[in-house]
Amino acid sequence: MDLRDTPEEAAFRGELRAWLEASLPEDKRGWRGGSQRFDDGFGREWSRKLFEGGYAGLTWPKEYGGAGAPYSYQAIFLEEMARAQAPPHVGVIGLGMAGPTIMVHGTEEQKQAHLARILSAEEIWCQGFSEPDAGSDLAAVRTRMERRGDVFVVNGQKVWSSFAHIADWCILVGLGNPDAPRYRNLTYLMVDMHSPGVEVRPLRQLTGEAEFNEIFFTDVEVPAGNLLGEEGEGWQVAMTTLLHERGTLGFALTAALEVAVSKLIDVARERGNGDALARGRVAQEWIELQALRYTNYRALTTYERTGIPGPEGSVAKLRWSEQNQRLTKLGRELLGPEGILDDGWWHYQQLRSRGNTIEAGSSEVLRNIIAERVLDLPRSR
Amino acid sequence: MDFSFTAEQQELGKQARAWLADRYPLDRDWDAPQDDAWSELAELGWLGVSIAEEEGGAGLGFLEEAILLEELGYALYPGPYLATIGLALPWLGAEERRAVAAGETRWSVEVRGLVPWLRSVDRVVVDGAAYDARGEELPTVDPSRPLGRLEHGEGTPLSGARDVARSRTAVACEAVGVAQRALELGIEHARTREQFGKPIGVYQAVSHALANTYGDVELARSLAYWAAWCVAEGDEQAAVAAAAAKAFATEAAVAACERAIQVHGGTGFTWEHPLHRFYKRALWLEGFGARPAQLRAEVADAVLGVTIGV
Repeated sequence: MDLRDTPEEAAFRGELRAWLEASLPEDKRGWRGGSQRFDDGFGREWSRKLFEGGYAGLTWPKEYGGAGAPYSYQAIFLEEMARAQAPPHVGVIGLGMAGPTIMVHGTEEQKQAHLARILSAEEIWCQGFSEPDAGSDLAAVRTRMERRGDVFVVNGQKVWSSFAHIADWCILVGLGNPDAPRYRNLTYLMVDMHSPGVEVRPLRQLTGEAEFNEIFFTDVEVPAGNLLGEEGEGWQVAMTTLLHERGTLGFALTAALEVAVSKLIDVARERGNGDALARGRVAQEWIELQALRYTNYRALTTYERTGIPGPEGSVAKLRWSEQNQRLTKLGRELLGPEGILDDGWWHYQQLRSRGNTIEAGSSEVLRNIIAERVLDLPRSR
Repeated sequence: MDFSFTAEQQELGKQARAWLADRYPLDRDWDAPQDDAWSELAELGWLGVSIAEEEGGAGLGFLEEAILLEELGYALYPGPYLATIGLALPWLGAEERRAVAAGETRWSVEVRGLVPWLRSVDRVVVDGAAYDARGEELPTVDPSRPLGRLEHGEGTPLSGARDVARSRTAVACEAVGVAQRALELGIEHARTREQFGKPIGVYQAVSHALANTYGDVELARSLAYWAAWCVAEGDEQAAVAAAAAKAFATEAAVAACERAIQVHGGTGFTWEHPLHRFYKRALWLEGFGARPAQLRAEVADAVLGVTIGV
């Protein structure tokens, strides 16, 4: 056990910190998330800069544009990004979900076509999994994918798709063979979002912003070469995507939480510093941040040793989402009567946090996963 | 960055788990006086883990003691290991350490006017001086852990020093073991107990409570190991890490036991079932020394700066 950086890690951290200092414009710090990530083209420009600096896809193989570095470098990267309050790479879905899935299930041609372009933000990706009648129950999707010669013809509707309105590509799960048994009837395609028949309608959220979208597919022709895995193996391919969604999320979430807790500490210092109860609650948020951070480190060490993410990593998203809801409320509360104002930060964060326990696996689903796969309790379904 | 125990450390934990399971099984006679097996602990080398080899110890460090403390909590070991090794050891000089490693002297420390295990230890540390363990013992929430009021006789100065972070981390590690055991008891019951024709673990009101405990236990474990590493390395964050670990881990242990009792239904509320023993140990650990609210106030002082006014 040694919780310090190795000399190589320390050198990497130092270079990265200096690079961020030099490369990130002052007025782009203090990123608040939400739709801001789509604004004014800066997202793509900044992502391109990260790519050129060698910081996009740190753990990806060199032949696909990555740096081939150990996972600890990705953890350091996210920590330093949080410290600098830098906006993240805009290709969240591509980096975290589409790319890793293509790496596992894609042909060499597919890897060459997409992976480096995901890192450079030339391709923005979105995810087409959820449907109006299939949310947590992914196996119930109804979007049809009908094979006709060299193409799949896609018809259906997807929902809750972040980035779809600016995306170039979509990872899409649909019903390939309606007659096959459940879990063997799905097909997984990469769909060009600029194809005829694709229509994107932004969905306005309770924050007033539109971060995610509905996508309508009407007789969209997708070349058979865009199939990931085999026909009927869509469920297995989708599981790879979701494993990566939850597996790599921990450090990104803790990094975001680091920013939130430091803002909370600022408010507490300015406003509620004399109130012992408030101080205790702020301390509790700081403590739980450390708990999540070191839980991620434990999971990371297990992963680097064994290649399998440690079970302790499964709590990261669950606990982060609940903590973020609690601490954003506390932030408003510490502002006293002014906590009711739309201040551009706490107001937005508190409302946005209500999505945290729903998106990327609802808390109910995550508790089922912990109960069944980690604690080995009998399955509820 | 490497946040894992070495193969030797993991082996120590495994051996401790196995020995304790045999010596202190769940179906022991809980109401009979408990043997602390002190000479056996000395033979196992647990008393001298961090004591230098030339003083009769193993020459290892606090991380190994942290591993043992967790296992002692898991097994609900009754003796004064926490007092001797967790609380008193940093105060002691070479001669006293040699006697501890040999299993000749049990120690405790006066904390806020109260001495854990006063009547079952030999010597007591009070502010850098050693006293014979004499005085009246008071029952506590955990019948296996009395606290006593020391009759101060003649004190002998000790050459060591106070290490609050180490003491608190020791308590946190024991709490992690208690929490883990409560979680496992809850899981076992939820898997096997059937109602309405199904094991009750299929019902999400039950399984989600246990999933919550799992989250608490893992976070508590991370904080306790982080604090243990800071203590072992003399890291500057040791004080705040230990305060965080004791606050979080002892609350997690209490909550883990409360949820396990609920999951067990009526059985969990009986004297016969051992869960209440774990619950009482958790309550003792939470209340001993600085309570969570006070620890959070210390953490607040560290992260917010010391309060002005009020």
